[in-house]
Amino acid sequence: MGEFKVHRVRFFDYMPSGIRTIAFNRQTERIAVARMDGSVEIFKLSDNLFQEKVIPGKEQRGIEALCWVGERLFSAGLSGEIMEFDLHSLRPKFIIDAYGGPIWTITANPAGTHLAVGCEDGTVKLFEVLEDRIQFERNLDRKKGRVMSLSWHPSGTRIAAGMMDMIRVFDVQTGHVLHRLLVDKAVGAPRNQECVVWSVVFLSDNTVISGDSSGRVKVWDTITGTLIKNHDVTKWDVLALSLSQDETSFVAGTSEGTVVQFQFLSSVLGQEDKEWVRTRTFKNHTHDVRSVAEVESAIISGGMDTQLVVRPLLEKHEVKSQASALRTVQFPHRRLVSCAKKAQLLLFQYPSHLDLWRLGESEGEAVPGHRLPVRRNPEKLLQLKTKGEEHVCCSAVSPCGGWLAYSTSSSLRLYKLHYENNNISITKVSKLPKVLRSAQQLCFSADSTHLFAASTRSSIHMVSLSPDNCKHKHTFKPKTGSTQPIHLLTVSEDGQWLATANSDCEIHIYSLSSLKSHCTVPVYRSGVSAMAIHPTTNNLVMTHADQQVFEFSIEQKQYTNWSRKVQREGLHRKWMERDTPITNVTFNPRNPTHIILHDMYMFCVIDQSLPLPDRQSQFYNQLTLKSLPEQERQMHCHAFKVCKLFQPLLCVDMLEDDSLVVVERSLLDITAQLPAPVKQKKFAT
Amino acid sequence: MAALFEGSTLCALSVAQNSTESGIQGIELHGDDDHVVVTNSSRSVTVYKVSDQKPLGNWTVKQGQSITCPAVYNSKTREYVVVTDNKVIRIWTDDDINIDKTFRATVSSNVWRVHSALDQEPVVLFHTGAVRLLDALLAEPQQNVEVILREEEIIRWSTLVTSGKQQWILYVTELKGEHFIHVQNVGDSRRAAYRVEGAGFAPLSFSATPRSGNLNILSLYPDGCVYVSMVPMRLPVVAERQVLALPRTLLLRLPLAEGEGALVSASAVPLDAAHVAVVGVPHPSAGAGKDYLCIWNTNFQTLQAGKEIAGKIYGQLWCYSGKLYVPHGKALSVIPFECQKSSLAAALGKLKQSGGCESTPPFPLPLWGAAVSEEVSASGMATRRNKMTRKSQGAPTISVDQLIEQIKTGSEEEVQKGVASFLSKSDLPGLQLAVGSLARALVSRSLAEPSFYPHKVLVQLVHTQCLCHSGCPELLTLALEKKDFALCQFCLQVFPDIPEAVTCACLKVLLSTPDSELEAVTLETDSVAFVEGLSAVTAQEEKQKDGEETQQNGFTMVTVTAPPEDGSGNTRHTHQRKPKLAMSLDITRPVGLYRAVLLNEILQTPYSDTFLLPHLKDLTAPQVILFLQYLQFLYVKYYHDINTQVPALRSPTMSQIIDWVCLLVDAHFTILVMAPEAKELLAGLHSFVRAQMKLFTDLGKIEGSLQALKKAKQSRDNSQYSIEVIELF
Repeated sequence: MGEFKVHRVRFFDYMPSGIRTIAFNRQTERIAVARMDGSVEIFKLSDNLFQEKVIPGKEQRGIEALCWVGERLFSAGLSGEIMEFDLHSLRPKFIIDAYGGPIWTITANPAGTHLAVGCEDGTVKLFEVLEDRIQFERNLDRKKGRVMSLSWHPSGTRIAAGMMDMIRVFDVQTGHVLHRLLVDKAVGAPRNQECVVWSVVFLSDNTVISGDSSGRVKVWDTITGTLIKNHDVTKWDVLALSLSQDETSFVAGTSEGTVVQFQFLSSVLGQEDKEWVRTRTFKNHTHDVRSVAEVESAIISGGMDTQLVVRPLLEKHEVKSQASALRTVQFPHRRLVSCAKKAQLLLFQYPSHLDLWRLGESEGEAVPGHRLPVRRNPEKLLQLKTKGEEHVCCSAVSPCGGWLAYSTSSSLRLYKLHYENNNISITKVSKLPKVLRSAQQLCFSADSTHLFAASTRSSIHMVSLSPDNCKHKHTFKPKTGSTQPIHLLTVSEDGQWLATANSDCEIHIYSLSSLKSHCTVPVYRSGVSAMAIHPTTNNLVMTHADQQVFEFSIEQKQYTNWSRKVQREGLHRKWMERDTPITNVTFNPRNPTHIILHDMYMFCVIDQSLPLPDRQSQFYNQLTLKSLPEQERQMHCHAFKVCKLFQPLLCVDMLEDDSLVVVERSLLDITAQLPAPVKQKKFAT
Repeated sequence: MAALFEGSTLCALSVAQNSTESGIQGIELHGDDDHVVVTNSSRSVTVYKVSDQKPLGNWTVKQGQSITCPAVYNSKTREYVVVTDNKVIRIWTDDDINIDKTFRATVSSNVWRVHSALDQEPVVLFHTGAVRLLDALLAEPQQNVEVILREEEIIRWSTLVTSGKQQWILYVTELKGEHFIHVQNVGDSRRAAYRVEGAGFAPLSFSATPRSGNLNILSLYPDGCVYVSMVPMRLPVVAERQVLALPRTLLLRLPLAEGEGALVSASAVPLDAAHVAVVGVPHPSAGAGKDYLCIWNTNFQTLQAGKEIAGKIYGQLWCYSGKLYVPHGKALSVIPFECQKSSLAAALGKLKQSGGCESTPPFPLPLWGAAVSEEVSASGMATRRNKMTRKSQGAPTISVDQLIEQIKTGSEEEVQKGVASFLSKSDLPGLQLAVGSLARALVSRSLAEPSFYPHKVLVQLVHTQCLCHSGCPELLTLALEKKDFALCQFCLQVFPDIPEAVTCACLKVLLSTPDSELEAVTLETDSVAFVEGLSAVTAQEEKQKDGEETQQNGFTMVTVTAPPEDGSGNTRHTHQRKPKLAMSLDITRPVGLYRAVLLNEILQTPYSDTFLLPHLKDLTAPQVILFLQYLQFLYVKYYHDINTQVPALRSPTMSQIIDWVCLLVDAHFTILVMAPEAKELLAGLHSFVRAQMKLFTDLGKIEGSLQALKKAKQSRDNSQYSIEVIELF
């Protein structure tokens, strides 16, 4: 097959932000995850946990709670404001101040007509949810002490509020307090230290369950106002609770990184009287579990260690399948690195700055498996800090390295780069066409003469670039009228075609010569995780979140024979079992039959000229092939050449001089940068 | 007695309901004792680690193909060999994952079995009766194979027997209800055919073992009879197609229950010369049912051990290295067993030992006194070989009792002669007992009769290594009393169980005996050479010192004046040197050569410090100081000569010396502190300990920099950027 020169890059200090809260929408099966930096990510649970949308964060936003009302997503935070997100344009729809100081929690009533927020000043405020906004209705009786957590009774007539040292149960109609349930401090805690009720859950049988900072999970009867059961779960805090839909089980997330499941069981088999029994403990986190959600057959948890974990409940899975495997999301499912193939530059996207690096050069030859001496070290050419508080949502560098563009949710900036010997100068292009207000995705044409910016309502603006004048040439709009955000853009090498993919799983192809919509690829049920147009054949190669790979001939407007063969013979089981999506597709200019794909743990060269692996054959066969003599390799090799030498991967791309560039980010380094977890006593320490 | 131990399940069998087949074609040894290759009758070969009951590898042939011969392991090339579809020989190694992609060769004729012995080339047996070595066959797979068997004669069973370098293929054929045994020497391809006696019954199982020039063939018949036939290893020269008669002798008649028919599926395997394991036969005392695995002693026709086997028995049984492999029900069980040679067999001379184990020391008998005092006579115990040696010596046979009587009255010379002739039969079982009682008799006579002291005889007895302190408690004390230090040394070396009190008594005697008295003693040369070597180093050191002051390892020397010489002094072996010159590194040996040798022996005896400590307190102050000086001398020598170690078979280790120093100081601390002559000694020891501690703290200090070096090496691997070349295939 051949040798590759690989630039192994480990200087991208990508650092994900900790997860603050998780909200699960049962109707649409989507998980909204808010991170510490104020960004919100939407994952589709039914689509292999694919990250569909990312709403970029903002300095000082500090989201504390998320809440779904139907398909609308609300958030509240320490700024004291309630915000609704526009999930189509990926930015806040409206922001209103609750005038109660920092907001700790927000929940919707089961009917979806009202929102209750808990404020620092001790008020519980009710807002009415209207068609396009929310309106303040009234306060419940104001009591001293901040409201940390809220939970509606399923009937919507009462609210339990977790406060400092106590839980209050309010009657929604009158606004009066029905019960005051005192929560005692942890044993041995100082007198002035309050006990924070981090989370409450109101059950339909009038039971309230609370998790507090003394490490206890308590079960209360709100009819009599008495404590029924007390579980000492941890020495630290119980931070989050989540109830299953059928109210037979709930999970509690703790500061120790454990998730504890409780179930409503009868203590004697066959008897009616049931009680809440602690059943299982899962430890998938190293740090605080800030939020948990119990869904149909799994527990979703996230916390300070930045990873989202979906832990399946094995008793609800009958067969061993992908759904019954533990899933973690560590890296975003989109590219944070863009690569200028001709100029050998890498652009790294951080939340509030961009780094431009030039790759090093090597000299001499080396045998496979060895390193080449580095003649010139990689060089950081530029660090570009963003203006304003908003975080970068997308960025791109042109293939020639002469242009650089980035966008936040409200502004788009374009820069021209000049290289003179070893100096680099950067000039901002000041007069941008009005339409380029912001972009969800950016892309330069292969000859660096045009910039494509995906804008709201699935439209793409095409701008021609020249050093002194940038002109808006055309705006493409999808025929289907979809308004979902575009998350992938790709232009063919010859500048003829543009392909876009949006969150509705639609892929539109536009002709750049006629400035018209060319065709739409048949919609596949799974999200598009990566795509690219082949430089010589103009075939569009697409990969989906469910690991399927398709090849679509743009000129013939149909799937290619190879793609049909793949569908007919089926992909290998090992390929389908991978749990991270393909995040980039690229091609080998030296050999047109090669497609290069990568996910987090491997990169793979698909040789379309070779037979596909059949069910019996060994999928990861590189080592076997290596051990075989030359003439026998032919018999055993198949189309998928998987290389796992480099991982975890953020980016793999092919440069114009046929060398590969791989960007690795060690998970250990990420963990090392996290704050220290709570101290736990181990043996002999 | 033989015993069957608790078994374990190696694997499950895939057996159809009411099937008479176990689903296992064969179990073969995999190079060492702990691995077996199990061939499934369907299509797979599995390697198991027996002690873990864990499969290590599994290979399956394609659907439509079948394995027709159990896989064997060729330990020479570390390959597995199997035959599929009668004609295709496949060879693969542990690294191969897919058997279909490995080496295969198709041969011209149907293969019956491939047999393999440890470190020998596998042998292929064809259905026609032809035999080939595997490598010769694979060199030309399509070669013609000759037809040896007559028409309609079919092979029922075959095995490979190995003895030394020679191999024989044995196979049993059936022709018109008659059974024939064919034997072929693999090396010189000599062959012979025998007709098995007793037509009518078809034997249920065969097994063959090499035994003293013959190949013993064991066969089990449905009527419960186990017959043995012997084929000479040197095959007779016979004409083509000539069939010899093979006589058989009844080895064992297994009791079959009344009313129960003949055995159907049973198997017998010989475990050793006297034991046979049988599976699928009823237990004589457990009533009906044939679900037993039994070990029978063929010498006495007694049942030694039995074990009920659950589930159906398929009449298959393998025995490898102390374990029986029995497929039954739905599992393959591994049952470890043990066949001890029963003492009755040994006593009655029924046991013929087959070489090898004669040189090992005899095993202990359970009844010590009784076994000797009873009517067990030396002649009774003698084996055929012993008779021959005795004949050549021409000496009359005497029993232990007779010898003891002789000891009681005879002169030293007579006794010596008697014992020497007795000991020449050193392969006697129960020698330990005999030697013990002889020594006891000798010692008791010596104690009673001061003029009688047979030094040579005692040394001889100790040299048998069959004697220990508890076997003859007075021996060492007697030797000390008689100042027989040579014997003392042997005893100290040989006895594993000297009580601490006796060790201390020895020490006391040694420390109080002047060196001049010890000079005449002849001691074991090796230990003497060791002490001399130490002294030679001292001399060398002295020479060097004259030239220039050399320091080793940057060690700062601590000045200690030479210890005062022992009263009598030793002019021959110690270098008399002026005390003021003496540095700690070239201190003179404070005791004489021979005393040092003996003290070294004491240092090496096993002891327990709790028991030794009270006895050590019996030593007097001068003795303690002398001993400490000697220990310090040794310690300094060892410490200094780390790179000029004197080679010796037996020398006290550093930790033994330190332990003794600690014990001695512990026991006599108050005396040592008070005694003025011990002051310098203690100061010397103290400064040595200090120097050692300093060295270790210094080492501790550089630990950080060493670790930094280690880290520096790692971090290079974690560089931020590198350009590498990879190859994809």
